[in-house]
Amino acid sequence: MNVDATLAGYSDWCFAGAVVVYVLALLLHGAQFAVGRQGGTRRRELVPAGAVEGSARPRVTVVPDGPHANVHPLPGPIEPSTGRTGRWGRMAVALTVLGALVHLASLVLRGLAVERVPWGNMYEFGSAICLAAVVSWLVMVRRHDVARLGVFVLLPIVLLMFVSGTLLYTQAAALTPPLRSYWIVIHVGTIFIASGMLLVAGMASVGYLLRTAHATNPARFAGIAARLPEEGVLDRLAYRVTVAAFPVFTFAIITGAVWAETAWGRYWGWDPKETVALVCWVIYACYLHARATAGWRRGAAWVNVLGFAGVIFNLFFVNLVVTGLHSYAGVG
Amino acid sequence: MSVLAPLRNTWRGLTSMRTALILLFLLALAALPGALLPQYDLNPETVARYKTEHPVIAPVLDRLGFFDVFSSVWFAAIYLLLFVSLVGCLVPRTADHLRGLRAEPVATPRNLARLPHHARATTATAPGEGVTAARARLRGWRIATRVEASGAHTVSAEKGYLREAGNLVFHFALLLLLVAFAVGKLFGYEGQVIVLANGGQFCNSGLFAYDSFKPGSAVDGTELDPFCLRVDGFTAEYEQNRQARSFSADVAYQQGAALDTGEWTGTTLRVNHPVRLDGERVYLLGHGYAPRFTVTFPDGQQRTDAIQWRTVDQSTLLSEGATKFDPPGVTDPAQRRTRQLAVTGLFAPTAFFDGALLTSIFPEPRDPAVAVDVLRGDLGNDSGRGQSIFSVDRSMVDSGRLTRVARENLRPGEDLTLDDGTTVRFDGVEQWIAIQVSHDPAQEWVLVAAVLVLAGLGLSLSVKRRRFWVRAAPGADPAADGRTVVEVGGLARTDQAGYGEEFTRLAAEVLRTVEAVAADEAPAHPPPASVAAGDGGGTPEGRDSE
Ligand code: HEM
Repeated sequence: MNVDATLAGYSDWCFAGAVVVYVLALLLHGAQFAVGRQGGTRRRELVPAGAVEGSARPRVTVVPDGPHANVHPLPGPIEPSTGRTGRWGRMAVALTVLGALVHLASLVLRGLAVERVPWGNMYEFGSAICLAAVVSWLVMVRRHDVARLGVFVLLPIVLLMFVSGTLLYTQAAALTPPLRSYWIVIHVGTIFIASGMLLVAGMASVGYLLRTAHATNPARFAGIAARLPEEGVLDRLAYRVTVAAFPVFTFAIITGAVWAETAWGRYWGWDPKETVALVCWVIYACYLHARATAGWRRGAAWVNVLGFAGVIFNLFFVNLVVTGLHSYAGVG
Repeated sequence: MSVLAPLRNTWRGLTSMRTALILLFLLALAALPGALLPQYDLNPETVARYKTEHPVIAPVLDRLGFFDVFSSVWFAAIYLLLFVSLVGCLVPRTADHLRGLRAEPVATPRNLARLPHHARATTATAPGEGVTAARARLRGWRIATRVEASGAHTVSAEKGYLREAGNLVFHFALLLLLVAFAVGKLFGYEGQVIVLANGGQFCNSGLFAYDSFKPGSAVDGTELDPFCLRVDGFTAEYEQNRQARSFSADVAYQQGAALDTGEWTGTTLRVNHPVRLDGERVYLLGHGYAPRFTVTFPDGQQRTDAIQWRTVDQSTLLSEGATKFDPPGVTDPAQRRTRQLAVTGLFAPTAFFDGALLTSIFPEPRDPAVAVDVLRGDLGNDSGRGQSIFSVDRSMVDSGRLTRVARENLRPGEDLTLDDGTTVRFDGVEQWIAIQVSHDPAQEWVLVAAVLVLAGLGLSLSVKRRRFWVRAAPGADPAADGRTVVEVGGLARTDQAGYGEEFTRLAAEVLRTVEAVAADEAPAHPPPASVAAGDGGGTPEGRDSE
């Protein structure tokens, strides 16, 4: 198979470009954070529920009422907030969108250059995780007013991009025979999507922990915590994303087992990556149980952070330090 | 005080959510050393190395089972306790769920305005008719209608039972998974063997047919399903940079009746494409070279042999080994032990000589060569000690009973001559493949369980359990002008988020439907219904997830 060096070169340029754009977005988020005011903006929502097209029926106007009317499960979409900080936040998000597009181009070009899925070694895989994280993040920002968490989400993404693009960088090349299977599309594809989502969830939980620590002792994290979205918002953001990611992660592990049955002669063999994947899965199962247990919100957030630490551990430590059947990293 | 009390308390403790949580954590924690420490099961050599590097701690770890985590007592104890706890938690929950399925949705709360979701309207429709109309709107919901003492008619509706059903399916499927896994571990086996790819055969006749064999606890290796496999050829392709592109072996097999008729079925065996027989799967694990030598003894007798040499460099397939010959026609064991021969050394598929030093520069057999020592004397294979097939017994060389009589580099067709006139010819090279035979009678069940785990998980995390109530009260309220007061209320029993929108839509629809009844009856223009709704999408803490 031939590697198209020109396309591979463009892909690398796009990768670098995406990193630069993300860093700029991070800086803008940082500025928004540094000068931002405390507390979150809440909004009452007026829903004209009767506005059904072409209806000759009497209009029914539903207006807020009742004791819970102002308790939002998650705040609505970004308000057209005014002022510098709101503007910076919006610019940061717009830049993140741009970065994601360039980043996507980088992966697509890499895929075209090598005529296969662009997640066959650790560099590509790390890059793909970051893209999944950015996209999940943008989806959440679009739906909920959580942009102020931007610094926390973009920072690990930029770090991971940087590490992937330097330490883990691998030249465009063909895959070894064991990886030539459509299962790489399914298994590794779902793994990186789940990992990216779990990154966002994990950082939301980090924010939650900072905020609650600050709430119990106002001296702690005073500079940071007060500017984050509210506790409840962070907690639910983490929960929502984890709940969406967990089945994807489960699916990825199951397809890994199916692939292992075809490639290695057994569906489960306690290979280090398999074992740590199970450990992460169990930790996330703990998270779901802990969050369902009354009075355990903080504990649950810790568990969520631990879960993501496990995912990262599996990515780096198990690939680079432990040797196992999963040693396809293409580094070292 | 009953004697059973402590037992019951233990049971309650064991089946509580908290215990399950702790056990889950312990499971994760206990599995970790299995990934971080070398394991006998995966790689006994790394365990041995670890032991020599950590002479103090390793024996302790070994005693505690840390090099064999997944067969250790403590690991088994944790998952068995988890199993028991799961059963203890599932049985009553299933009973509850079944009861809940048959029970009517709960009565409408007295004050619907206190619910997180609420809306209100007045209408000219009579309460009974209004409720009938509302009911018709709530298709797909489980519904109970009631008439209260005050004359108000109510609808209680509930939806989302699949959440609990999915949750139960998920947990039961986990149990099934564990059982199927255990059955596989008991009755399955894995065996590995090297077969020459020149028509070499392997028959699954017992564990002695294998080079290595890992039986399940209930397998003794005597009653394996019989089948035979013949390897007719092997092809490997490489990129210019020596990276492998593809491996494929031409094989043929016999199983069942074909074993008696002698009929072979041909197929190809490739990486990621095992040959799936009835009950067994055959995998391609690796490959290598077997140089072929012909020894011509002084009396003219010839012996030819090719056995596998082992790969010492994966990227160039430089290999080492020892091909051993007994002198023909020598019956006296003592005599024989002075004249046995071993051809040992290096094989390079694409040779490159650095001086006289042989290395390989490409994994394909483009320009094969061997660099061999020929040893003569006592190979030591009568000594009763196990011998490696890849090397000669060093102790025989050290004790002088096996001596080197020649050292030469040979290309195919070239030979060397020993002092007694014996010639050793390097004929060429054969390929061998390493195959694995796997048998797991329960793996389909594991897959079924895994799919159920996923389906149950999907349902239980995506479906919302939610309630919807309608109360249509006769117009006692003078302010309402004697009109019927219709109130609707909603409550999500799980994560509230997301119910708000559905509620708002549903509430508006129901209220409009109720209003439309009056509109149809009295074509005169009714005054527009005034409706007030509370839709905060509110989430009273602690109620937004189960
Ligand atoms: C039970 C079986 C398996 C499980 C539980 C499993 C689990 C995982 C997990 C959790 C990851 C992501 C870890 C990380 O963050 O790096 C991963 C990555 C990956 N898996 Fe699997 N896997 C299994 C089988 C397989 C098989 C059979 C193959 C291929 C022959 C395979 C190929 C890969 C590759 C190429 C990656 C990604 C990237 C990398 O780490 O460089 N997996 N797997």
